[in-house]
Amino acid sequence: MVTIDCGRLSTRAVNQQLSTLSDGAEVRLMNPAGRHNLALGLEKAIHVDVDGHCGYYYGGMNKNAMIVIHGNAGQGVGENMMSGLIRVKGYASSAAGASARGGLLVIEKDAGLRCGISLKGGNIVVGGKVGNFSAFMAQAGTLLVCGDAGEALGDSLYETVIYLRGRYRSLGADAREEPMTPADHGTVAELLRLSGFDQICKSGEFKRIASAKALYNFDVDKKQSY
Amino acid sequence: MCGIIGLFIKEPAHQSRLGEWFEPMLLAMSERGPDSAGIAVYRNSTPEGQLKYSLYAPEEYFDWSGLEEQLWAGFAPAALHRVGSYGIVTCSAKQEQMSQWLEEHAPGVKMMGSGREMEIYKDVGTPSHFARRYSVRAMAGRCVVGHTRMATESAVNVEGSHPYTTGSDLCLVHNGSYANHNSVRRVLAHHGITFDSLNDTEVAAGYVQWRLRDGEALADVLGHMLEDFSGFFTLAIGLRGQFAVMRDRFACKPMVVAETDAYVACGSEFRALAHLPGVNEANIFEPEPEGIFVWSL
Repeated sequence: MVTIDCGRLSTRAVNQQLSTLSDGAEVRLMNPAGRHNLALGLEKAIHVDVDGHCGYYYGGMNKNAMIVIHGNAGQGVGENMMSGLIRVKGYASSAAGASARGGLLVIEKDAGLRCGISLKGGNIVVGGKVGNFSAFMAQAGTLLVCGDAGEALGDSLYETVIYLRGRYRSLGADAREEPMTPADHGTVAELLRLSGFDQICKSGEFKRIASAKALYNFDVDKKQSY
Repeated sequence: MCGIIGLFIKEPAHQSRLGEWFEPMLLAMSERGPDSAGIAVYRNSTPEGQLKYSLYAPEEYFDWSGLEEQLWAGFAPAALHRVGSYGIVTCSAKQEQMSQWLEEHAPGVKMMGSGREMEIYKDVGTPSHFARRYSVRAMAGRCVVGHTRMATESAVNVEGSHPYTTGSDLCLVHNGSYANHNSVRRVLAHHGITFDSLNDTEVAAGYVQWRLRDGEALADVLGHMLEDFSGFFTLAIGLRGQFAVMRDRFACKPMVVAETDAYVACGSEFRALAHLPGVNEANIFEPEPEGIFVWSL
């Protein structure tokens, strides 16, 4: 186990040290103290434990690494993630998993506003609730929410599918509830298992929210309301 | 960009540590706001019938003792305590009287704030320069609200810095940008609120003062602000014995709050709060959009 004391190093030094580690390495980042931009751009299958509350963009552009944040995550955790796993034990601030292309982001407590904004293929699982404008313009992948959702859920949704167990305050433009299919139940069950929430939630408790696909198939005769 | 920080002491025994806890908060927000900094500190309440005036003089070698002598002639007894480019005057003058007096006797001096407890200091320069110049670390008191500025729409000068105040013991700091402040300013002018600048944040401070003047509770005032203002605004507000935070509907500008038995602290980023005692066990949350949070002594 490698231990890195972030309090003693520059941001660049921390990220450089992490980039020298090989597949399977285990590393503990101590004293993040809300610093931004640590554990970015990782490419090897290393295990990173972050001991404390984080700043912005942790796990950004993550590839292959498995990161556990033992605290809260700031804005943009796992943004543009390509693969691998990021788990946040506390809450995540706004834009969690923004533009993520692959991998799995698990947030055990609540996620803030704009969770999964512009999602591009990653999977996001939230144990608590998500804030307003979540899955805004989300294009591919899955957002699974065990709690409630705020306003304008799935505004301008593309192909991302949202599974929601709680209630939404309002749906965004072109987002609608659809019946759950057996394939949906399978997907939800698998995501619950991967995130460890399968003891508290069952796939039957979720509803499917997806795009009506009217907004981006322009129809000149259609009244412009979605 | 700008940074907001605020610290409200709940446990009186900790008032002596206000500055020690607050200075790192201010400095942590230097990247968000490198141009200017400002604080409103609530401390050393004046006796009934007296007010403190935060007076600013731009000249490096301003004759503060001369001003103190003149003030004695008008408002004896008058005490003047000098800090950086400011003189804090304590006397029995009413605010209108003091404004009038300054116009006649010291027209280059600007009144930046007044109140029984509140002192305002705001100045150009980096937050670390400001902290040294105004001895932030040594401050003791009940509450301090601070701001670090990255000027976007108006010049880098003292008049463009926060906190803003248009009422006694009231201060407001803002991260964001109002869209309809010019229209609101015209409405407020009809109601007798005066302004010193074209700054958007000053309009928000004037609006709060106007609503409070009509007897509304602070939480209701902030609720009305959500209806009457457009733009984006994350705010921290100080009043005598009260502290409030709020974010607009879209909540683009960040805010983190940490509350323990000893204090309530807020900052634009968690790293401004990371050094506070007990913060890792604190109740840490980010105010929901349109949520109004008020703490009172």
